Amino acid sequence: MSQLVRAKAEDAVLTTGSGGTVRKLFRIYLEKPELAGVALLAVLTLVFAIRSNGVFLSVDNLRGVFGLLPEVGLVSIGVTVLMICGEFDLSVGSMFALMPISVALMTNHGVPFGLAMLLGLAIGAVVGFANGFITLAFHIPSFITTLGMLFMVRSLTVVLTGGFPPLLSSDLPIGIFTQFVGPAGILRVSFIWFVVIALVAGVLLGGSNFGNWVRATGGFFEAAKSMGVPVWRVKMACFIVCSMLAGFAGTIQVFRLGSALPSIGDGLELQAVAAAVIGGTALTGGVGTVFGAIVGALLIRVIDNGLVLSQVDANWFKFAVGGLTIFAVVANSWLRRTARRIKVEG
Amino acid sequence: MTTPLIAVRDLHKWYSGVHALKGVCLDVQPGEVCGLVGDNGAGKSTLIKILAGVHRPDRGEIRIGGQLVEIASPKAAMKLGIETIYQDNSMVPTMSIARNLFIGREPLRFAIGGLGLIDHRHMRADAMRAIANIDLHLRSPDALLSELSGGQRQGVAIARAMHFKSRVLILDEPTNHLSVKETNKVLAFVRSLPAQGVTGILISHNLHHVFESCDRIVAMARGEIVLDKPVGETNVDEVSDVL
Repeated sequence: MSQLVRAKAEDAVLTTGSGGTVRKLFRIYLEKPELAGVALLAVLTLVFAIRSNGVFLSVDNLRGVFGLLPEVGLVSIGVTVLMICGEFDLSVGSMFALMPISVALMTNHGVPFGLAMLLGLAIGAVVGFANGFITLAFHIPSFITTLGMLFMVRSLTVVLTGGFPPLLSSDLPIGIFTQFVGPAGILRVSFIWFVVIALVAGVLLGGSNFGNWVRATGGFFEAAKSMGVPVWRVKMACFIVCSMLAGFAGTIQVFRLGSALPSIGDGLELQAVAAAVIGGTALTGGVGTVFGAIVGALLIRVIDNGLVLSQVDANWFKFAVGGLTIFAVVANSWLRRTARRIKVEG
Repeated sequence: MTTPLIAVRDLHKWYSGVHALKGVCLDVQPGEVCGLVGDNGAGKSTLIKILAGVHRPDRGEIRIGGQLVEIASPKAAMKLGIETIYQDNSMVPTMSIARNLFIGREPLRFAIGGLGLIDHRHMRADAMRAIANIDLHLRSPDALLSELSGGQRQGVAIARAMHFKSRVLILDEPTNHLSVKETNKVLAFVRSLPAQGVTGILISHNLHHVFESCDRIVAMARGEIVLDKPVGETNVDEVSDVL
């Protein structure tokens, strides 16, 4: 009986899917827009590997790429989730500096490491809460709220440090983030933190009811509200998580570099938006994945690194990322329209 | 006399100085389809938004099945068995049919404090069943809402309302932006509500639609009910006159 049903279902698929491979590709694209990024990643990896005579794929180089990826990747995940629920956070770059500076200052004043980390994350939560509360309570675009927060938080980092990076005490257990692990020591522990957080975020967004609410809230706010989704709390949660992730990512970077510069993370907010968009996140909300954010972040890292290894003037990096961002948005909207047209005709 | 399923008494609502509802009283009997008509700004939308839990009244009382209730949120309305289908449809275009059907009421494999993992298989199967139950035929529960026609979207909205076994189905201009064929399908569905044990409230601009598919006509103007008669005792001209 069940076999008969399955046979019938397959039959139906065959008859409706007669449009051929092109249509199938478009269908896959519509459901998983981040795969276009994966394809581009594969092409770029190949190009850079050839142009750098294999140096690009050497252990030493991959160490560098995978060391930086968790830092940019975590920020991109937060920004992407927030964009899916329909809001922006431009203050992530500043938060990226504020948490490590706070942690460094606290540990220098005798606060235990674990407590300092928790308090640092709490500061991230407070900044995220402020972003969300001001945006929602006063009905203003989060673009503006978080632009203001970008300046305010960055200013705090300079005020707190007096412009001089606080020294990191050498007895901090920062090895739980920076230690090299894995075959040939190719990865740092931070990469494992990144993978775990990405998995949790991915499952929450793709498989939980909360993820469904995030998508609904960003996709069509009024509809989500009328279906009883706690839209206010959903947005608040996303603002808070985004800010905390940014702070955490910055802390990992500072532990890797060994110095809490008040200027780190400058411009990161736009790189994170670029990563989200390159990974298929829609600026209008409702569409995007954690995996896409990671692909976007990795693409940016690969371009940065690959250009250097190909002995192109490093100043072309921002040009390339900018070009790719515009290309990604144009391609996405074109593909989406074309895919829909094929659907309508079919 | 039977207890009305919905009894609204002396309902008032102000929007920043505008008196949108001026002491509205309305009884809806179980198993009837009530047509609510009126011009823009007459107060129809305000009234049904209060019943759907989107807005709260400033004064007055609402009884459901004789019980005095406070409809504090859309969730509360759904718990009372009131489902609403809005004109610009309450679906998220960027999400799949299955996800849309269960927004806010996802079937979960487990939950901690109200949050948990969605049981996707269960959700997709239920979605297909809900859609088939209202004689709508769609290929896959994974298709995005934006791929569907206006009529199909409204069909999914209806499937959602029916799936959750509503006692009262409120349809706010459900035939806006629909083709003639699709409109007829929706109206036929509205007529079939009493047979399925569901009480209906149909809001429409189109008097012909209301006369075609309702048992009773309630006309509103300037925040008040100006006419309330069974369909047989009135006609299009009389209703147009009072509006």
